[in-house]
Amino acid sequence: MKMYLVNRLFSLLPVLFVVSVVIFSIIHLTPGDPAAVLLGEEATEQQIKELRMKMGLDLPIIEQYFNWIKGAVQGDFGVSYFMKMPVLEAITSHLGPTISVAILAGIISLVFSLPLGILAAMHRGTGTDQTIMGISLLGMCVPSFLLGLFLVLLVGVQLQWLPVAGYRPLSEGIWEHLKYLILPSISLGAMHTALISRMSRSSLLETLNTNYIKTARAKGVTEKLIIYRHALRNAFLPILTVIGQTFGSLVAGAVVTETIFNIPGIGQLIINSVERRDYAVIQGVVLFVTFIYVIINLIVDLLYGVVDPRVRLERQ
Amino acid sequence: MSVLERDLKFIESKNDLKKQQRLLLFHRIIGNKLIVTGGVILTLLTLIALIAPIVVPYGPYEMQVENRLKAPSVDHLLGTDNFGRDLLSRIAYGARVSLGIGAMVAFFACLIGLIIGLLASYFKTLDNILMRICDGLMAIPGVLLAIALVAALGPLKQNVVIALVIVFIPNVARIVRSTALVIREETYIEAIRAQGASTWRIIALHIAPNTISPLVVQASFIFADAIITEAALSFLGAGIPAPNPSWGNILYDGKIVIFNAWWMTVFPGILIILSVLGLNLLGDGLRDLLDPNISKGKKGR
Repeated sequence: MKMYLVNRLFSLLPVLFVVSVVIFSIIHLTPGDPAAVLLGEEATEQQIKELRMKMGLDLPIIEQYFNWIKGAVQGDFGVSYFMKMPVLEAITSHLGPTISVAILAGIISLVFSLPLGILAAMHRGTGTDQTIMGISLLGMCVPSFLLGLFLVLLVGVQLQWLPVAGYRPLSEGIWEHLKYLILPSISLGAMHTALISRMSRSSLLETLNTNYIKTARAKGVTEKLIIYRHALRNAFLPILTVIGQTFGSLVAGAVVTETIFNIPGIGQLIINSVERRDYAVIQGVVLFVTFIYVIINLIVDLLYGVVDPRVRLERQ
Repeated sequence: MSVLERDLKFIESKNDLKKQQRLLLFHRIIGNKLIVTGGVILTLLTLIALIAPIVVPYGPYEMQVENRLKAPSVDHLLGTDNFGRDLLSRIAYGARVSLGIGAMVAFFACLIGLIIGLLASYFKTLDNILMRICDGLMAIPGVLLAIALVAALGPLKQNVVIALVIVFIPNVARIVRSTALVIREETYIEAIRAQGASTWRIIALHIAPNTISPLVVQASFIFADAIITEAALSFLGAGIPAPNPSWGNILYDGKIVIFNAWWMTVFPGILIILSVLGLNLLGDGLRDLLDPNISKGKKGR
């Protein structure tokens, strides 16, 4: 198992390398000079040139890339000249709200999707099943930002139950904190709820068709026991795959949702940085988010080994 | 006797196998509810997009400032936006943009992805490099990558297409590659190789056609994904530049006035949902039709 872990960690390196090259080249393809933008229209040629030298923009591209990577590995992503702070600090200060929304969205989606999927599988073919599947189909077709907008209209304007904009950190009390997160989390989590419920239904159905389950039934085990004690555990692996695939993108989906609900998270950070051509921040954020994405995939991969002993043995 | 049986009997008498096969296929398509529903929705939307210039009451750029932010009425069936432009016209023209971009992205991503996947499946060293690059690209969340690319290339319609194509190619390449790898091991490939078929001939004439079915299914889902991503980009202001109408753009304009003008959010939203629904249904139906054994793996967002 340890060898597997080490191998997986090593395989991360080429991926991160490619990602860093891609994002670096993309950013530096951008027309427009951050030094000029920073100094404004009154700046003279000389001033711009000096700032460019200070920012290291006059070095050859390859050298700029290596300087960046060298720093990044040590945790130094450079400095944002627009926000007057190190990029890493900018990222960590904005990370909290985004993670809160993503985690709440994940919890909500798991809480709803698994029972719904199991219910649909248990009552396969009936009205319950078709209703649940119909709703989940719809859920897959509504992008998260659209759902967010609709929720704002419905809940914020018509019903006025929950606030639609802003963010309160945990320090102000758990209910205050959650109140502002509920709508964003629901809109972010809806699509994932739909996907996971479909996957759990199909995976459970497949498991229920296997010979060992049929044997249990023939032996007289009640349906309920069959599902809870036997079928669910064996059906869980594909469900875990889907959960893993979608969880990473929760963080990415937060980008758009944050602009709707005015949450000061990573999404807002990157959008503002794109507008200002804050190279350092854009690079840092994309690399950071990708890193999280990749780590989450790795964790899910390792969880396979925990959940399914067959996978564990295979790896040894 | 059913229509199918009657038709089959008729053809049998003519003793034409190809006609029989074609008829069977036709009936399978028509009988597949998913394809039919999806196809109908999509045809309606395409129709709207195509006949928009002829049918709509106003031009999409026509401003009537005194009529700003009016609710739906007889004059303006879907209301007006914050510049006094008729929303119905903007949405109809927006269909041309949003659907057009989606279609182009699906087409080019599949084309280029097909080539890359085929090459990767056949040439070992190329495989390593290409797949590493694809892994890297797939590791970056789609919306983020698209934002970065459009920011780099500039907010133009063609750059949005290019950016989205780049985002979706790795997925296609992986699917084509895995299918091609399986086909490569088949005995008949070995046989024609023994007969002296050149590498390119094998790839183009034998492997490629068999990768088409999963590709077509994937194209449908990419079309839907592309519509969503383009809408997200334009909604953030990083996509189609104003004043060009696109569904995402209208949502962008509507965001500021959302509390005064719900119609600017609801109507483009409904159309986006409809298109994605139609395409998802079509994709599911095609998957059932072409190969019920294809593993269920769709990217969620």
